[in-house]
Amino acid sequence: MVHLTADEKSLVSGLWSKVNVDEVGGEALGRLLVVYPWTQRFFDSFGDLSSPDAVMGNPKVKAHGKKVLNSFSDGLKNLDNLKGTFAKLSELHCDKLHVDPENFKLLGNVLVCVLARHFGKQFTPQAQGAFQKVVAGVANALAHKYH
Amino acid sequence: MSLTKAERTVILSMWDKISAQADAIGTEALERLFASYPQTKTYFPHLDLRPGSAHLRVHGAKVVAALGDAVKSIDNIAGALAKLSELHAYILRVDPVNFKLLSHCLLVTVASHFPADFTADAHTAWDKFLSIVSCVLTEKYR
Repeated sequence: MVHLTADEKSLVSGLWSKVNVDEVGGEALGRLLVVYPWTQRFFDSFGDLSSPDAVMGNPKVKAHGKKVLNSFSDGLKNLDNLKGTFAKLSELHCDKLHVDPENFKLLGNVLVCVLARHFGKQFTPQAQGAFQKVVAGVANALAHKYH
Repeated sequence: MSLTKAERTVILSMWDKISAQADAIGTEALERLFASYPQTKTYFPHLDLRPGSAHLRVHGAKVVAALGDAVKSIDNIAGALAKLSELHAYILRVDPVNFKLLSHCLLVTVASHFPADFTADAHTAWDKFLSIVSCVLTEKYR
């Protein structure tokens, strides 16, 4: 369970309401693949990932980033039950996708960097602290059903 | 892991902007570290870590100055940070996991101050550079 104070909840929902989830999703996933290129191992079918420009412009990366972040967005509506919310996805990532949960932490931190870039000064240390709790909670929930 | 020529260029080109706000950036990175990872405060019982404190500013400035030393000797970071490496290994003994946390907070600070410069390429270069600095600072631990 993620324990956010009332202030933190309002920081998170306040900032998130201004996020273009589709775009930020594409940017976060793209940066994951560029900054940590070994993460490309899961995306052989995505086509051209040969350069940062190719990755950031790749339509499959954008589409998948959109999917991932919309799912993350659902989690934000259920901070009191992230494990329940992500149970099925957790099983999928373990049994079918075979993704090391370390990758969830990497993506969470990349997302925080992208939010900082978009919000600048508004992404205060307190706001970051709140989001770090959220991304850690989501990462844990996605790893919860691994066996 | 070492920096490509292109990555060195990116870092050098952004460094002027960063060093112009060195104190603010160092201070902010530390504030972010303590806000997101409160356990890191355990290394500073002797300092006043409240946002705005003089201690925080002095220490933040120190951190960014050290990064500046690494940038100025970007081809020999181990040489530039040799003394700091010994300090961390024998005196400070900060658990290695914390270098990743501070590195992340430095990235977040740079991203928030320089959104246009913080492209995916720049993000990669800075992440690598900070990883290298972290390695140098922990390489004498045992």
